Amino acid sequence: MSSVLYDAPGPKSRARSRMLSIVGAIVIAGGLAALIVVLGLPKASANGAVQPGLWDVSRWDVFGDLLVWRTLGLGALATLRMAAVAATFALILGVLFSFGRASDTAWIRVPTTVILEFFRGMPVLLMMLFILLVFGTGSFWAGVAALSVYNGAIIGEALRAGINALPRGQREAGLAIGLTPVATRFRIEFPQAFRQMLPIIIAQLVVLLKDTSLAFVVGYNELLRSGLNNLGGFFGNQYQFSFFFIVLAIYLTMNLSLSWVARRIAKHTGPQAGKLIKPDETPPVDPNLVDPRALGAQSRSQGV
Amino acid sequence: MDAVIDNLPLFLEGFRNTLGLLAIAGVGASLLGMIVAAMRISPIASFRIFATAYTELVRNTPLTLVLFFCAYLLPYLQFTPGYFQLAAIGLTVYTSPFVAEALRSGVNGVHVGQAEAARSVGLTFGQTLSYVVMPQAIRMVVPPLINVFIALTKNTSVAGAFFVFELFGAARKITNDRGDATIAILLAVAAFYLIITIPLGIVAGRIEKKVAVLR
Repeated sequence: MSSVLYDAPGPKSRARSRMLSIVGAIVIAGGLAALIVVLGLPKASANGAVQPGLWDVSRWDVFGDLLVWRTLGLGALATLRMAAVAATFALILGVLFSFGRASDTAWIRVPTTVILEFFRGMPVLLMMLFILLVFGTGSFWAGVAALSVYNGAIIGEALRAGINALPRGQREAGLAIGLTPVATRFRIEFPQAFRQMLPIIIAQLVVLLKDTSLAFVVGYNELLRSGLNNLGGFFGNQYQFSFFFIVLAIYLTMNLSLSWVARRIAKHTGPQAGKLIKPDETPPVDPNLVDPRALGAQSRSQGV
Repeated sequence: MDAVIDNLPLFLEGFRNTLGLLAIAGVGASLLGMIVAAMRISPIASFRIFATAYTELVRNTPLTLVLFFCAYLLPYLQFTPGYFQLAAIGLTVYTSPFVAEALRSGVNGVHVGQAEAARSVGLTFGQTLSYVVMPQAIRMVVPPLINVFIALTKNTSVAGAFFVFELFGAARKITNDRGDATIAILLAVAAFYLIITIPLGIVAGRIEKKVAVLR
């Protein structure tokens, strides 16, 4: 990757870098092992009572109980349900927002821009609280509505950036063969923009899936609440850690598999796939996405 | 409206704490992110693997879970510096991989021809990096980095759910006291967030345009 930056290493420096690599690996592994051992030590609490270490059987025996797995499963399902409903609405809203934002009519474009800026600059959590308190929707729909609006705004911006990045000729050609401006947008420009922006949109859906955990704050029984709050409260403090690790593992499995799908799609339909953006140009960067360039960079390994 | 004016001191206290979290976690995440990014592009394979694993794991963990760990499980391990500090630690850890990715993609975003040209006119490794690659990479990195900080601003609101009295915590408390003026209170809190995020967004857009002209 970075071999351009220096001469090809000779046998001496190759041996040195291999040495360093092994030493580094030992240091890292040692640190992790020390952490695991320290966490596993039984420790005395402030009042003198000795608690068993974190890997002690007494902290993990609860997972023999079927009820625990049922609760965790239901929590995971609730998380996925909220994510699925919110993702659907977010995509629909995103399409609408992008049309409004790219509209030729000023009195559609300007208000949409203001609304989008407002939604994108606000924490999702605040939106959830707002919807919960003002509209009294209940926690599920408060979470779904806030996640849809927020992610819809971001997907809308991404789609608009995609539409803007298309060559002008696309629109001109559509208008020239007699399509109306709306039909041109919908049948010519939009499908291409969507394809271009698919990696970013899916990355945003991973964010959405992660953000469902915020609904925990407004009282929705998703994975975090049912796994940590409810089970932890029911079985007692000594299982907190075990529940935390299991919930973390479930979240990581869900998010990493979705991220993996996103990366695969990024590889197949990256900016260079349709040859619509010149390979030299960086893809349009949308302000509120966390790392659109990282996504692009993963598919184009032409960098330094 | 009077509910907002009456509670202005609470809003301001929340705003101060939000800014505090933003500053501490911002600096911390930048430092940690720099270390992770350096490990990620280093020639030492084991560091690269570690940094990649760290980035992937932390990036795919919900922030709520990270802060839950900081607010409940760290005190359980007898680590109790106070909830504000705990939340700052959580936000730092959560934000660091995003900073690292922004930095790394900036370096990767510099066209390979630039480094090749520098090398072929005889610049050394250090000269190539400091005169050719880094000046371009830093400019490319600033907009995505600002976007990470915008996201961090919004993320500080989650700390409000874990015993920190920042803007979101203030919103919860004040709406509890004044149930009759919920809309005004929440809009006021939203305005405080927008005071931070919108100027940052404008700055990011400006810089991005400037960089685009320069390239």
